[in-house]
Amino acid sequence: MRVLAVWCPDWPVVAALLEEGLPATAPAAVIKANVVEVCNEEARREGVRRGQRRRDAQGRCPELRLLASAPDRDGRAFEPVLETVEALRPGVAALRPGLLAVRAPGRWFGTEENAAATICEALVETGVWDVRQGVADDLFCAEQAARWADLQGWRVVPAGGAATFLRDLPLQVLEQDPQGREVVGLLRRLGLSSLGDLAGLPAQAVEHRLGAFGSRLRRQARGEDPTSFHARTPPPDLECEVVFEPPLDSVEAVAFSVRRTADRLVEQLAARQLVCTAVRVEACTDDGGASVPTSVRTWLHPRFFSPADLVDRVHWQLSPRATGGVRSRKDAGVVAAPVERVRLVPETVEPAAAHGEGLWGGAGDELVERGVARVQGMVGFEAVRRPVLQGGRTPAARQADVVWGERAVDLRPLDRPWPGRVPGPPPALVFRQPPPSEVVDDAGVGVRVTERGAVTGVPTSFRPPSGGWQPVLSWAGPWPVDEGWWQGAEGRCARFQVVGADGRAWLLRCADDGWTVEAGYD
Amino acid sequence: MSVRPLPTSGDRAEVVARLRERVAALECRTTRSAGQTVPSTSGLSSVLPLEAGHAYGVDSAFLGLALAAGASRAGEWVGFTGFPDFGAEAAAGLGVALDRTVLVPEPGEHWLEVTAALVDVLRVVVLRPTVRVDAKQAGVLESRLRRRSAVLVVHGGWPRLTASVSLERSLWEGPLDGRGHLERRRGTLVVDRRGRPATRVDVVTTGSEVEVLTPAPAAATPWRRASG
Repeated sequence: MRVLAVWCPDWPVVAALLEEGLPATAPAAVIKANVVEVCNEEARREGVRRGQRRRDAQGRCPELRLLASAPDRDGRAFEPVLETVEALRPGVAALRPGLLAVRAPGRWFGTEENAAATICEALVETGVWDVRQGVADDLFCAEQAARWADLQGWRVVPAGGAATFLRDLPLQVLEQDPQGREVVGLLRRLGLSSLGDLAGLPAQAVEHRLGAFGSRLRRQARGEDPTSFHARTPPPDLECEVVFEPPLDSVEAVAFSVRRTADRLVEQLAARQLVCTAVRVEACTDDGGASVPTSVRTWLHPRFFSPADLVDRVHWQLSPRATGGVRSRKDAGVVAAPVERVRLVPETVEPAAAHGEGLWGGAGDELVERGVARVQGMVGFEAVRRPVLQGGRTPAARQADVVWGERAVDLRPLDRPWPGRVPGPPPALVFRQPPPSEVVDDAGVGVRVTERGAVTGVPTSFRPPSGGWQPVLSWAGPWPVDEGWWQGAEGRCARFQVVGADGRAWLLRCADDGWTVEAGYD
Repeated sequence: MSVRPLPTSGDRAEVVARLRERVAALECRTTRSAGQTVPSTSGLSSVLPLEAGHAYGVDSAFLGLALAAGASRAGEWVGFTGFPDFGAEAAAGLGVALDRTVLVPEPGEHWLEVTAALVDVLRVVVLRPTVRVDAKQAGVLESRLRRRSAVLVVHGGWPRLTASVSLERSLWEGPLDGRGHLERRRGTLVVDRRGRPATRVDVVTTGSEVEVLTPAPAAATPWRRASG
C-alpha cells in the first residue's frame, strides 16, 4: 500500500495567524508554559528556537508575535485542509493538526507526482501556502519524505526504496516524543548517528536493549513501519434548509413552515445523541434571482434548543419592529422582502449526556422557560433580561444584564481586587442614565476635585435626583479613579457617598463635566 | 399514570373530594395551597410573613429586593418588572439568586400582561408600575395570584394591598466628614395592614441582611388576614 503524507510545517503558528487575520510572513511563535512550542521560518531565521524561553526568544527577535497555544484552534483550522484532500481522494486520516495521511492515489491521476501536484494546487488555492508532500511505501517513510520536500513540493520514494531513502537520515528525526528523545540520546552515546546504523543492528539485540519501542523504531528505520492508519469518517452534514416556493412574506407563515425543519434538525441531532446549544439562522430573500442570506444571526441557548425554541428564534429574527411598545429594540437583520429560504446551521453541538436532566427535578425550570418565552413573545426578545455580576469599580460597571436565553460573554472577572472601587454595601438603585446633580459648599461655590485628588470645599448642600436642594448630613470620599483615558472611557473622576438630610444616601460622581448621581442607597 | 379504583363504599362527599383532587392534578393545577407562607428574608419573616396569593406594597427598591430574597434563597424563581435601575449586586448581597431571576426592565404598555405571565411561573414578582393602576387591572392580577399562589410585591401605587411596608426615619451611618464609608442604616420598619394598627420595629440593614432590633409586639400570635 502506497501512502501519501501531506505536511504543513509549523501548523499551530499558521493556524493562529490565519485565525487572527495577521500576515503569514511576520515572525511569530506559539508559546506554551512560557516556552516556545512552535515558531515559523521567519522567526527561526532570527534565531528563535523550539524550547526557548519566551524572554530569550523576544531578545533574539523583538518583533516576534507571541500567540497562545490552542490545540482546538489548530484542529479547527486544519479541517478545511482535510476537506480539500478528501474531495480529491477519500479515506483521509488526520494524524495530528498539520499532518495527514491518505492512501496514495493510484492511476486516476496518472502518476504519483501528478497526484501530489494536484493536491498541492488545490491546497494552495484554499490559502495554505506551505505544503509539503511525501509518497512512500509506509507511513513513517512518507512522513520523512514530506519533511525533506521543498516548499509546495513533493518527494516520491519509489516502491521498495524506503530503506535506501531512510538510511542517510540523521537520528534526530526520531525525536518526536520524550521517549524517542531518550532513545536517540542512548543510541548517540552508543556511537550511532544515522537511521541506517540503527537499521543495521540485529533485531534481537535491539529488542533486548531497547524493548518494544526500540524494535519498533528499528523496523521504521528499515522501511517496514507496521503502523496502519484509519481513514476518518467525514463528519455528518447537520444543517437543515427549507425552501419556500413561492417566497413567503409573512413572518407567521415562515415560522409555521419552519416547524418541520426544526423538528428534523433536532431529531437528526438526537439520533446521534447530540444537542445543539448555538444555532445560526440564515434567511435568504428573493433578491433578483441570486439568493443571498440577508438576515444572519447566531442564537445561543442556556440549555439546548428544542424545536419550539428554534421556531421562536426564527420568528424573533424575522419579526419587524412591532407597533408601539418596546419590542425588539435592535432592528438589525430585519427582512423586508419575501423570504425564499431559511437555513438552520448548528454551530455548537454537544453530547446530550452532558445536558441530561436529573430524575428529581428540572420540570420547574422548564415551566419558567416556557412562561418567559411567552413574555418575550409579548414585549420582544431583548426586553427580558437576566442580571449577572461582573468585576468593575462602580456599581454600574459591576453588573450587566444579558438577554434571557443567551449566555453571558465577555464579562470582566469578579475575583480581581479592582482598586479604587467604592466600599460599603452595594446600592439598590443603579441608574442606567445617571441624572445630573450639583454639590456646593457653605459659600455656595460648586465643589470640585483637583487633579491631585483634593476636594476644594466641604459639601454642605446637594441636589438629589428628585426634589430640590438638600443639606448634606454626612459624606465620605472622594474615591478618585483615572480609568480608560487611553481608549476614550470616562477618564479622571471621583466618587462620593453623600447622606442627605432625609437619611437617604446617594453615590455621586464628580467629573470635569459636572456632577451626576450614579446610584442610590434606597 | 396508573388508575386506582375508587372505593365503592364510603362517604359520598369523600369520593367527590377525591375526584376533585384528581381532576386538579390532571389539570396540572398547582399543589401549593393558598394561605401557605412564602419565605421572606430572615429578619423580615417574623415581622411580615408573606402569604401566598397576596399583594404587598413597599416604598423603596431595597425592601422590594429584601422581600424577594427569602423566596429566592429557598430555591424559588423571582422576577422584577419595571426596574430599569435594578441593582444586581445589592440583590445578590441580600440573597437573590441571579440565575433564577427574570428581569423585565421596561415592560412599557404591556406591564399587566407581562406581570400576569410572570406570576404564572414565578413565586415572587416585584412590580413597579409606571402608570396609574385601576381596580380592574388589580383585580385581574390578584385573581391570578390566588390561583398560582404567588406573591406580588408592588413598589408604587396599588388599590388593594394586604399590607404595605415602609422604612421610616431611616438614616445611613458610617461617613464622617469625608472619612469612612456607608456601613449600615438604622430605621423603623412600619408594617401597615388594612384595618389593623401598624406594627413598628427598629431595624438595622446592611448589604446582606435586615436585622430586627426590637421584637415584634405581636410575634406570639401570628398575623392572619381578616377573612373577606
